[in-house]
Amino acid sequence: MVLPTDPSAAKFTFSMLINDKRYRGYTFQFTALIILIFAMAYLGWNLTQNLTAKGLNISYQFLKVPAGYDINQRLIEYTSQSTHLRASMVGVLNTLLVAFLGCIMATVIGVFAGILRLSNNWIVAKLMAIYVEVFRNVPVLIWILIVSGIFIVALPQPRSFRGENPEATMLWDAFAFTGRGIYAPKPIFNEGSSFVIVTFLLSLAAIFAYRRYARNKLYAEGVPLPTRWPSITLFFIPAIIVFFAAGSPIGMEYPELKGFNFKGGIWARGSLIALCFALSIYTGAFIAENVRAGIQAISKGQTEAAAALGMRPSFVMNLVILPQALRVIIPPLISQYLNLTKNSSLAIAVGYMDITGTLGGITLNQTGRAIEIVLLLMLFYLIISLSISAVMNVYNNSIKLKER
Amino acid sequence: MTHKTASFVRNELIPESPPPVSETGAVKWMRENLFSSPLNIIMTIASLWAVYTLFNSVAPWFLNGVWSGNSVRDCYEILDGATGACFAVLKERWPQLIYGFKYPPSEFWRPNFAAVLLCVAIAPVLFSTVSKKLFLFTVVYPFLAFWLIWGGTILGPIVAFAGCAVAVLASRRLESYGFALAALCGFVCALVCWIFGGYLVDIGKDFLVLPSVPSRDMGGFMLNLILGTVCVSLSIPLGIMLALGRQSDMPIIKWICVCFIEFIRGVPLITLLFVANVVLAYFFPPDTNIDLILRVIIMITLFSAAYIAEVIRGGLAALPSGQFEAANSLGLNYAQAMRLIILPQALKVSIPGIVNVAVGLFKDTTLVSIISMFDLVGMIRGPILSSTAWNGVYWELFAFAALLFFVVCYGISQYSQWLERQLETDHR
Amino acid sequence: MKYSVILGTMTAAGLAAGAAMAGTLDDVQARGKLNCGVSTGLTGFAEPDASGVWQGFDIGVCRAVAAAVLGDPMAVEFVPLTTKVRFTALNSGEIDMLARNTTWTFQRDVELKLEFVGVNYYDGQGFLVPKALGVSSATELDGASICIQTGTTTELNLADFFRVNNISYEPIPVETGNEAKQQYFAGACDVYTTDASALASARAAAADPNTHVVLPEIISKEPLGPLVRHGDNEWGDVVRWTLNALISAEELGVTSGNMAEMVKGTNNPEINRLLGTEGTLGEWLGLSADWAQHAIAAGGNYGELFENNIGVNTPLGISRGLNAQWTDGGLIYSPPFR
Repeated sequence: MVLPTDPSAAKFTFSMLINDKRYRGYTFQFTALIILIFAMAYLGWNLTQNLTAKGLNISYQFLKVPAGYDINQRLIEYTSQSTHLRASMVGVLNTLLVAFLGCIMATVIGVFAGILRLSNNWIVAKLMAIYVEVFRNVPVLIWILIVSGIFIVALPQPRSFRGENPEATMLWDAFAFTGRGIYAPKPIFNEGSSFVIVTFLLSLAAIFAYRRYARNKLYAEGVPLPTRWPSITLFFIPAIIVFFAAGSPIGMEYPELKGFNFKGGIWARGSLIALCFALSIYTGAFIAENVRAGIQAISKGQTEAAAALGMRPSFVMNLVILPQALRVIIPPLISQYLNLTKNSSLAIAVGYMDITGTLGGITLNQTGRAIEIVLLLMLFYLIISLSISAVMNVYNNSIKLKER
Repeated sequence: MTHKTASFVRNELIPESPPPVSETGAVKWMRENLFSSPLNIIMTIASLWAVYTLFNSVAPWFLNGVWSGNSVRDCYEILDGATGACFAVLKERWPQLIYGFKYPPSEFWRPNFAAVLLCVAIAPVLFSTVSKKLFLFTVVYPFLAFWLIWGGTILGPIVAFAGCAVAVLASRRLESYGFALAALCGFVCALVCWIFGGYLVDIGKDFLVLPSVPSRDMGGFMLNLILGTVCVSLSIPLGIMLALGRQSDMPIIKWICVCFIEFIRGVPLITLLFVANVVLAYFFPPDTNIDLILRVIIMITLFSAAYIAEVIRGGLAALPSGQFEAANSLGLNYAQAMRLIILPQALKVSIPGIVNVAVGLFKDTTLVSIISMFDLVGMIRGPILSSTAWNGVYWELFAFAALLFFVVCYGISQYSQWLERQLETDHR
Repeated sequence: MKYSVILGTMTAAGLAAGAAMAGTLDDVQARGKLNCGVSTGLTGFAEPDASGVWQGFDIGVCRAVAAAVLGDPMAVEFVPLTTKVRFTALNSGEIDMLARNTTWTFQRDVELKLEFVGVNYYDGQGFLVPKALGVSSATELDGASICIQTGTTTELNLADFFRVNNISYEPIPVETGNEAKQQYFAGACDVYTTDASALASARAAAADPNTHVVLPEIISKEPLGPLVRHGDNEWGDVVRWTLNALISAEELGVTSGNMAEMVKGTNNPEINRLLGTEGTLGEWLGLSADWAQHAIAAGGNYGELFENNIGVNTPLGISRGLNAQWTDGGLIYSPPFR
């Protein structure tokens, strides 16, 4: 047999850069790189030309300058004399807050809606289907505006609570639903409250220890111990006893109408609730679909097998279906969290002071440093998304079916 | 002797009696579907209560709706204290909601006509049963629609179309010589065509002219539709290229694509719109001025291209590697293999995903209202809600906007689900 | 097939991209239209009427410049801008001038490289509150929710004012003045603060204006005026002197009504120079000799613009105050036409 001449030994000619498959790849990549570099250089050149023509420059010095404006919701200390950097940090925390609350609410709503959509109950299933379709198919911005409209237009303002015969009253004198937010009582921890808290934590630990003991006993000896009632007792009784023994050290601070606004208690701003609720109910619709798809992906045989073992339907769901479905549900769930976080940048539409509101809103307006600020904004969101995707990858690897 | 039948044996069948009421029809259905367990009963009652409350609060508002009047005060007068919607605002501001407040009313037929033609043009793409000859119209449509909506002489779009057609023909002819050469030649031919065509357009400025409408004057729901369709159709070819690049075994090209896709997918659309609004102008050559709508189209197109690329990558990954090998063994080069073998299959699988991206993108076009463009939401939040005549009309307008978007998006997503079912049956 | 779509848009982009510009003046003349950045809607200052035609005090300035440069007050393309994009739009050349009640500050003039060509309205920041609150001074606003338009100088003034007086407040930031108004009337905030002129406009828009009151405190200086880009002095001169022409016209008693009479010749050489019947002022600006006539004919002189759009006989009912001619004790003062 005559072997063909080894092609790699053939003499290299320049035409091979185009015609030879082995070298053509390099030519392509090289060209692409050159084009990319040129495109970047062109844009950069335009940028410098434009900036010099207008006498502007790129500088992050503005971050060290006092911001000069006030922010209503601040999780860290901030005054109008703090720097723009500090203002952005306030914004970052506000973004994380609304994203965190939104993700929790969206998960709860989504899981409920997803499971109920598969319910045997016709009317419930239909209602959930309507919920999912209506909320998925209308832009989230419209939902945010509609929900914030409830606060602006529908709920009573603090002034309605005033006077002899107020138009609106507080719920149980403890909760006030106003157009500016929802006020709730705040626990006040006086001296001695640490005993109560410690007791409560201890009883929580005791509940876990007891349940663990009961389970081990069940597995080892086949003796079922009651768990529900002991747990409930452990949860309430010791804490209540210590609470009264220590002389009721934990009090409540009720919100009260003072001056222009309610004072005292816990106050969730209307903009926070509107944004959080709108985002979670919108994302919840998507999560519901993921949950439904995940449950339906589990073969019917699993349900039937569990039923054949004599399990109750709630056990079938909790012990057999959901653990398997989670494997399918969680990856899209995390990307929904990511979407929610990105959508939280629409806060600007309801005046919630997240990072787009502080850095991308007021700071941008006040300093006029558009390029720098938009870059910072993108960087922030990019870091969040990349870290969430990193978490997702780790998770995906950990739940891969381990074949033995 | 007569054989006496035992008394305990029947000699005829008893007539069929209907099943008990509790086991048939509505009663059985209700028992099984609504009241099968205590939990179910509670849920049924709770749902009925929820539906009733919702109905009770919305129905009077809706049914009492006032459809005539020139301001919110007229509505209050007609309602005379009763609860009721003020739908008159929709009637009075209808043109503004749909076309924005600057599109000349005498030209409304143009976007309308373009919308009707869009349905015709998109039919062959969406339904495989429609005659393939309509594809010809689909190809012509973008240029026709541009002429209809923006106006000006028809020569401009014709020249643009001619250039593209020449480019496609030239690159087809040269395809067997390699992808790069074909693309390059196509580009050069198109360029030549456009340059010569440019003179032609200058000469025939008054040939078949529609009054031209600057893009600044587009608004309302029309703007959402324009942004949605233009950006999706532009981003599909870009998305295909990105997906192929990401699949490529050339590391530099692969990493360029990966970085681009991950970057775009990692930032919210609103920051990209900020770029379009306040930053992009700095990156254009000095002293050029590209209007806002075009900058927004560029950014939204890049945005959706990244998402579509991921969908198509999924489609490519779903293809068995035998297809690639078969194409290679036939001696097809890369471009031919992609065009004839790989992409038709990969795209077919990705259509539902692409449609989902398109629905999401269409919903996201409302974000342009945040950068002070007057799309449907922008019209409502800006000129209409702030006008003295309609101060305080809130729910009617947003309900209308939600309804418009729902109808379009629900329709499209139903289509995508239908398509998914079609594809499923094909597989098994 | 889809590639055609890309290429088609590229040509569209090419068609839409503006030509290179030498100077803004040449550019405007070549285009035959003036691109003027205005507010997205502020009653009395800039607002499209029912048929979409822009009306208002700031609009009057734009129309006067268009009339002076192009001879046609309607040859203006109004570009509504939010506070966020207004300076970028000007710097990127999207608009030729900005007449959007913008406060002249050091930072904007020097750091942002903008050129304020004059002041067409001397304003100051005030507070609008419902009468029912029983507030008579801004220092009584401790704990109030205050609606402010973000990205304006008012936001900074407000923070300073409350800091100096050591009282607390709850800022409710909103994007546009219109939204601030809506929120204020809905009761989402107790107080609406912005420039006093805009407060007058907001109060005028209330269902019953008498139930709202503007507090006596004015907490800032807000000289509002049209502005152009740094570095194009010829164009800056055109806008500056068009504004001055309107002001001088009022001072000299030239109105849109009696101008035709005065063009025939008067004893006052300054009027003659202003109207271009004497001297070559127009030529020096690079405009026609009768540029100021067109400018004044567009919407009247400064006083007429004021009275027709925001004066005491309009819903806004703003009296001249600081904005009276210097001869009447105000600050409005034009350098001489000589």
